[in-house]
Amino acid sequence: MSGLIDAIGPAVIIALVKVLVTFVMLLGITLLVVWAERKIIADMQSRVGPNRWGPFGLLQTLADGIKLFFKEDFRPRTADRWTYAIAPIATMVPAFLAFAVVPFGNEVTIAGHPINFIVSDLNIGILYFLAMGSLGVYGIVLAGWASGSKYPLLGAIRSSAQLISYEIALGLSLVPIALVAHSLSTLDIVGAQAGTIRNVTFFDGIPVLEQVANIFRYVPNWYIWSQWPAFAIFLVAGIAETNRPPFDLPEAETELVQGFSTEYGGIRFAMFYLGEYIHVVVISAMAVTLFFGGWSGPGFDFLPWLWPLFWFFFKTALFVYLFVWLRATLPRLRYDRLMWLGWKRLIPAALLWIMVTAVVNTEGVSRNVRLGVFAALFLLVLAVVLRGDPRLKEAVTPQRRRTQGRLSRGAA
Amino acid sequence: MSIDVAVFGVMFVVVLGSSIAMLFARNAVHVALFLVVTQIGLAVAFLLEGAYFIAAIQIIVYAGAIMVLFLFVIMLLGVDRREALNEPLRGQRPLAVGLAALLAAEVLYVAYKGSDLITTGGGSQALQDLNADPGNVKALARVVFSRYLLPFEVTSILLVVAVVGVMVLARQMSAISPVSARSGSSVADKEEAA
Repeated sequence: MSGLIDAIGPAVIIALVKVLVTFVMLLGITLLVVWAERKIIADMQSRVGPNRWGPFGLLQTLADGIKLFFKEDFRPRTADRWTYAIAPIATMVPAFLAFAVVPFGNEVTIAGHPINFIVSDLNIGILYFLAMGSLGVYGIVLAGWASGSKYPLLGAIRSSAQLISYEIALGLSLVPIALVAHSLSTLDIVGAQAGTIRNVTFFDGIPVLEQVANIFRYVPNWYIWSQWPAFAIFLVAGIAETNRPPFDLPEAETELVQGFSTEYGGIRFAMFYLGEYIHVVVISAMAVTLFFGGWSGPGFDFLPWLWPLFWFFFKTALFVYLFVWLRATLPRLRYDRLMWLGWKRLIPAALLWIMVTAVVNTEGVSRNVRLGVFAALFLLVLAVVLRGDPRLKEAVTPQRRRTQGRLSRGAA
Repeated sequence: MSIDVAVFGVMFVVVLGSSIAMLFARNAVHVALFLVVTQIGLAVAFLLEGAYFIAAIQIIVYAGAIMVLFLFVIMLLGVDRREALNEPLRGQRPLAVGLAALLAAEVLYVAYKGSDLITTGGGSQALQDLNADPGNVKALARVVFSRYLLPFEVTSILLVVAVVGVMVLARQMSAISPVSARSGSSVADKEEAA
C-alpha cells in the first residue's frame, strides 16, 4: 500500500481525495438545499411541505432523484441528437468546477501533510470563478436550440442576453476586491480579512467617542464594511447569473412554458436542476469568501479544525436562505427592466465604485480618510433609502417614460 | 510518463480533433461548438505552460463571450439549417488559400527558430519578468501598461472604431430597407418565405 502511494505521489492522492470529497459534499448539500427550499417556502405560504420520506421529509429529494433517474429517457423528433444530450452536462459541470476555488476550512495537518480545505488554490482564483460562470451559459443556449421547438429557443435567446449582460457587472464588482486584497487568489483574500478592525484613530481625543470606538476591536475585518457597494452589485448580478427569481426569465412559465428545459425530462432534467442548485451554493460561498471573511470566526479548543468549517457553512447557509426568501417574495422582473437594471444601473455603478476604490486606496491616503469616505457614502445612501426617495420608487425606464409621455399627450 | 505529458496528449488530440471536425461539420451550430472545444483545449495548453492568467482570459473572452455571441447570432438569424454559400466578396477563396499558406509558413518559421526570435527581438527582459511571476498577472500588467502602453491603447481604439463603424453601416442598411433591419427574426422570416 505504501509502495503504491509512493509511486503515485502524495500530492496526487491528496488532490484526488479532495476532488472526490468536494463532489460528494456538493451532492449532499444539494439534497439538503432542495429540501430546505421546499420546507421554507411551504412555511412562508402556510403549507406543510414535504413530510413523507424520512424525518421532516428529509429524504424527499432523494426519492425525487431516484424517480427522475428511472424515468423514460425521451428525445423530441425535431431535437438535435448530440447537442440535446450534451446541454444538461454543459450546465452541470461548470457549476461543480467553480467550487474548486472556494476555501471552506482552515489548514489542517493529516499524516504530516498540510492540507487546505480548498480543491485548488489558483493564483487567478477570481478569474477562474468568472470563467466557469461564462461557460455556464452554453448549457442553457444549447438546450434551447437543440430542443427544436419554439419556447425553448425563445428562453435560450433571452437567457444568453441576460447572462452576458450580468456577467459584465459580476466581473466588474470583483475588481475592487482584487484592488484592496492585492491578489486574485481566494485563499489570499480570506487571509486579508482575518482578525478584527484595529487601531481606529478617527475619534482619538474626543472623550466619549474614543471609548465607543473601542468596539471596533471586536468587529471582524471583513470586506463587507468597506466594499458594500461591490457586494450589492455582486449579489444582484450573482442572483441573475443563477437564473433564480426574480431574474428567472429564461424559464418564465407564464410566458415560455418552462423556457429552455421545456423538452427535457428524467435524468437530463435532473441535471439542469442539480446545476442550478450547485450554482446557488457556489454564488453564496463566493459571497461569503469575498465579503464575509470565508471560514473565519471565533474558534474554540474543542475540535479546532471543525469551527472554520462550521462558520463557513453557517454563513453560506444564510445566503442560500436569502435566495429562497427572494424566490418566495419577489415577482419576476419584466425583460426590458432587467436589461435596464443591468446595463444602465449596475455596470455604471460598478465602474464608478472601481474608480472610488482605486483613488481611496492610493498610497499616502491615510486610513482615517478612507474610513471617513466610506462612512460618508454609507450615511448618504442610508439617508436616501430611509427617506424613501421618490426617484428610487419611480425610476424612469424607457417604457415608463414612453407611457408617461403618451398619458400627458392624451390629457392635453 | 509524467502527468504533464498525459495532459498534453489529451489536449493535443482534443484540439486537433475538434479543429478538423469543425471543418467538416455541416451545421453552423456544430461548427461553433467545435470551435468552443478548441478554445478550451488551447486554454489547457496555456495552463500547461504555467500561464494561468492567459488561460483564464482565453476562456472568459473567447469561449465565454465571443463564441456565445456567435451562437446568439446563428440562432437569431436562423442560418443554422442551411449553409449560406453566396459570397459577396469575389476572389475570396483563392485569396483565403494564399493567406493561409502565408500564415502556415510564418508559424513553421517561428516554430523552427524557436525562442531565438524572442531573445534577439529585444523582448528577453520582459519575457524573463513574465516568467518570474507565477500566473504572471502582475508582471503582465506592468509590461502592458508601461512598455507596451501605446500599442495597447491603439488596439483598443481600433476595436472602438470597428464597433462604431459596424453601427454606422447597419444604420445605412436600415435606411435602405427598414423592414429587414428592424429585427433579426424578420430577416429569417423573409428567407423562409423565399
